[in-house]
Amino acid sequence: MSTQPLSPCPSPASGRGERSSSLGQESLRRLLARPVPVTAAVLLALLMLMVLLGPVLSPHAVDAIDFDGPWSTPPSLANSHWFGTDSLGRDVFVRTLAGGRISLLVGLFATAVSLLIGVSYGAVAGYFGGRTDAWMMRAVDILYALPFLFLVILLMVMLGRNVVLIFVAIGAINWLDMARIVRGQTLSLKQREFVQAAVASGESNASIIRTHIVPNLLGVVAVYVTLTIPQVILTESFLSFLGLGVQEPNTSWGALVNEGAREMELCPWSLLFPAGFMATTLMCFNLLGDGLRDALDLKAY
Amino acid sequence: MLLFALKRLATGIPTLLLLMTLTFFLMRLAPGGPFDKERSLPPEIELALKAEYHLDESLPRQYAHYLGGLLRGDLGPSFQYQGSRVSELLGKGLKVSALLGGLAMLLALLLGAAAGIFAAVRQHRWPDVTLMSAALLGISIPAYVIAPLMVLVFAVTLHWLPAGGWADGRVADVLLPVLALALAQVAAIARLMRGALLEVLHAPFIRTARAKGLPERIVIFRHALKPALMPLLSHLGPATAGILTGSVVVEQIFDVPGIGRYFVQGALNRDYTLVLGVVSFYGALIVLFNFVVDLLYGVLDPRVRLT
Repeated sequence: MSTQPLSPCPSPASGRGERSSSLGQESLRRLLARPVPVTAAVLLALLMLMVLLGPVLSPHAVDAIDFDGPWSTPPSLANSHWFGTDSLGRDVFVRTLAGGRISLLVGLFATAVSLLIGVSYGAVAGYFGGRTDAWMMRAVDILYALPFLFLVILLMVMLGRNVVLIFVAIGAINWLDMARIVRGQTLSLKQREFVQAAVASGESNASIIRTHIVPNLLGVVAVYVTLTIPQVILTESFLSFLGLGVQEPNTSWGALVNEGAREMELCPWSLLFPAGFMATTLMCFNLLGDGLRDALDLKAY
Repeated sequence: MLLFALKRLATGIPTLLLLMTLTFFLMRLAPGGPFDKERSLPPEIELALKAEYHLDESLPRQYAHYLGGLLRGDLGPSFQYQGSRVSELLGKGLKVSALLGGLAMLLALLLGAAAGIFAAVRQHRWPDVTLMSAALLGISIPAYVIAPLMVLVFAVTLHWLPAGGWADGRVADVLLPVLALALAQVAAIARLMRGALLEVLHAPFIRTARAKGLPERIVIFRHALKPALMPLLSHLGPATAGILTGSVVVEQIFDVPGIGRYFVQGALNRDYTLVLGVVSFYGALIVLFNFVVDLLYGVLDPRVRLT
């Protein structure tokens, strides 16, 4: 994060201390002092590592059927099916981690889409203010009331089920919160001296938004990114659960939970492991987001 | 107040129109039609079918036709369930879905508010920590994970409750779906309620009430609770939307013959009118809910009316 003197930190804590400490350092120190978000972050890092490396470590492939062992075998360390096999004889360990790759990927990319839309929309509305702002926010209010998930379901059914479309569609419905929050922050940033100075020196609006407004939004945005990722993962798994998301041979946590639910009487582990991984991931993101929000001293919206 | 109500209603109508228009064109622009079967129909029968459902007209004409019908309260004929009107199907599903959703909402409000108040009053002590951890778990585990797990425990292992089905809404059938649907909302409402109450408890007028020597019970329930309920009120709109979308999967899992199941089947079968009917109906419900909430807000907090 930048330490240039013209971009002071928007949090009230900035006045403390003689040397100008940037938003990043100040809140990082506060964040690191709390055990819960730190544990969540460490767990998330471990999870990501597992998801990345896990499928490589196991001798089995995602869609490979193990014809040697009986199907629906319980978890065991002896036969290299660490999480057991499902009713088709596929390895649950590899499938859970490979599903996690897709789920996390959707989480990151769809959040990036919502970030792009939300930040530009909110910054423009907040910066220009007045009638532009009123109309843009009215539009957000109207969109807010739409049951978007139904439209996404339709989109998936109608336009085929490819992964890129899932990223875009889920990202496109999750930008409203981001836009509102960014707008609110921009409104107050606009009053700050360094923005006034930029206006007085004749900088163009686009350049002010890019170089002065957006970089100062990073803290708030970071919080809402951590809180958007779990929402997005939930949406994707909801679609996959209905059979509308990720398609075979790829898989995601939602799709795995769906499969596991159908065969839980036979092999409950094929439901419990993906469900447990998904729940842990979502919880860690939520804990980290809450912790970041407290550390940055933002009010809960 | 009347002006306020009218202004609020005026935003609801474009919302609904936008939703319907999006749904309408989304469905029509997609490849595939309701009469695409493995074996193609004789051309004259296909033409007759299309004429029957006005599918042979241009898109704008179809759209106008649909809107016209809607104004008369007619949602059109279903493509998939031939011979029934969409409104009949919705009526049948609504009885089930309304019971399910209504009970879930009631449970979520009561349990969520109670848990939130309890946690706020015991802030930072073990009931607070326990309840809030549970609530975090609740918002992190979606209904479609909880539902199969509950089936696994209560139906498969313990044999206490049936795993699914809906025989005229017997208590045993209703219990698990309602719980599955409500849990996420219980958690969300508990978190919200706790936050709101804590914020009010730090307000000066509460310090005054305590300084007067009022017992804590009166401070909480007579003074602090009413302003703390305001954020809860504005959460009702999103909560309704959450329960409606949640019901899509919960009805699927527990084999409940409600509106959510019609929606998924309708979408998969290109049943244009059925899907449009469900989306319009749910959209109208959400708009109506938001409208009522806005009105209540205006009544409870007169400052809102000025903006």
